[in-house]
Amino acid sequence: MSISILAICYIIASVTYILGLKMLSHPATARKGNLIAAGGMTLAIAATIFLYTNDGKPLGNFGWIFTAMTIGLVLGWLIAKKVKMTAMPELVSFFNGMGGACAALIAIVEFDYMYRANLNTPDVAFSSVAHFGHYLAIIAGSIIGSTSFSGSMIAWGKLNGSIKDVSFKGQHFLNLIVLVLVFGFAVYTWFSPAGHANIPFFITVFLALVYGVAFVQPIGGADMPVVISLLNSFTGVAAACDGFLYNNKAMLTGGILVGAAGSLLTILMCRAMNRSLKNVLIGSFGGTKASAKAGPATQKAIKEISLSDAAMVLAYAKKVMIVPGYGLAVAQAQHSVHDLEKLLVERGVDVRYAIHPVAGRMPGHMNVLLAEADVDYDKLLEMETANDEFKTTDVVLVLGANDVVNPAAKNDPGSPIYGMPVLNVEEANMVIVNKRSMKPGYAGIENELFYSRKTSMLFGDAKKVLQELISQIKEI
Amino acid sequence: MEAISSFLQQNLDMIYVVILMIFLGFEIINRVPSVLHTPLMSGANAIHGVVIIGAIIIMGKAESDNYLALILGFIAVVLGTLNVVGGFVVTDRMLEMFKKKNQKS
Repeated sequence: MSISILAICYIIASVTYILGLKMLSHPATARKGNLIAAGGMTLAIAATIFLYTNDGKPLGNFGWIFTAMTIGLVLGWLIAKKVKMTAMPELVSFFNGMGGACAALIAIVEFDYMYRANLNTPDVAFSSVAHFGHYLAIIAGSIIGSTSFSGSMIAWGKLNGSIKDVSFKGQHFLNLIVLVLVFGFAVYTWFSPAGHANIPFFITVFLALVYGVAFVQPIGGADMPVVISLLNSFTGVAAACDGFLYNNKAMLTGGILVGAAGSLLTILMCRAMNRSLKNVLIGSFGGTKASAKAGPATQKAIKEISLSDAAMVLAYAKKVMIVPGYGLAVAQAQHSVHDLEKLLVERGVDVRYAIHPVAGRMPGHMNVLLAEADVDYDKLLEMETANDEFKTTDVVLVLGANDVVNPAAKNDPGSPIYGMPVLNVEEANMVIVNKRSMKPGYAGIENELFYSRKTSMLFGDAKKVLQELISQIKEI
Repeated sequence: MEAISSFLQQNLDMIYVVILMIFLGFEIINRVPSVLHTPLMSGANAIHGVVIIGAIIIMGKAESDNYLALILGFIAVVLGTLNVVGGFVVTDRMLEMFKKKNQKS
């Protein structure tokens, strides 16, 4: 009887995942969808603990299970609640890595069971004693889970700045070799003697971990959202493999659903940047840098503007457009920019924000950030609307954005970001660019905009600059 | 060949589920506005935390002298819980901000 209740719980859980994802894709129902999926997950977990039976025996080790879950619950809750809104992208990557590791560990333990069950026939090939379907699920789960774990950790490190972009010639070739080796050892494990199958298996897992690192390492930091989304769907598939192993429909549906939805989401994200997935994964920015630099080398003089001049220009403008970017997020300047906006509006200036879909590190990053500072929703213009407005704009204030305002995306076919839709800020009367230094943006390419006659540079940390602008404008 | 056909035979219902879920997954998020990409990814991230069920089963069925299963299982449950709890809480925090915005406009 208890088994059928468990099955019903799993069915309900699967339905909540589907409903949850469906609702998450519409702004009005998104939050409810998340809660519904969370509810379904709680049900599935509780049902597993209390109703699951293994060969007729209920589960044991409750003390350990509850201790582990409490640790995970407290840690997960604290991390998720404490982390700043700007660090959300890397947090998603971190949690994704945890899921991947979890899936890999399950597969490793299951392999151990399988390995030890066949120890009494150590000289017979593993393939003739072990169950093919189970081995397939175990090896796939451990490879995909390990790759997802190490890849997510690299993505996490890249987003919080602790891992730098390193790429060298022949890297993709090397990656390919590692991948072939992973598959080679996976097959070799299957055909090796049952008494020694554990060694090639652990080599496979190790190589899968290496592959995760090698796979993400050459990809530029600006493309991390796409990579995280891809790794997210990897973890989904790994979870589904484990579900297959236990004949567990809740894990299978949840995992495959995420795997499929995640892959599509990855493609949609690429499309928002007008690039193909292949281009993101293979065409790492490092290789094309040279051709982009060779083009514009004529006028390299930049013009700086003082804080008081900038304050004056903004205070007496009719229409100001603010273009936020990652620099704003790093400086935690969303509240300051809102203060500046309010101050200018009080003076009768028409202030709006131009939001590029991939400004920051994740699609929607800027919307989330500005919403945190209570910026009015109506003031956020999407790219198409904003581009119509720039012609009549007096001053554009670019705050820590770079690649999304780079005209090279329109003019320079040799540029790695050529074809990406950008904000046409150069159509405005004047552009003030706030950056910390002249260092190129995440794509690692020069920005012609900074050398334009219309552009004035205002160097410094976005938050400090904004606060000083505010005090200057108040004095006017 | 024999192995493959028997593999298909044994797992036919699973294979049906996999195929249907792939199409469903594609269909569900086909028209999602780009603003919601990040929360949706985060939500999907939380849902694949369902892998924790496997971790619980591993722990629950481990004999008391099977240290490998106990230790790795313990870590797996901790990590899985992190994935589930962290995933849903982060998604909720992101969406909370969208909600505030919608009420205002």
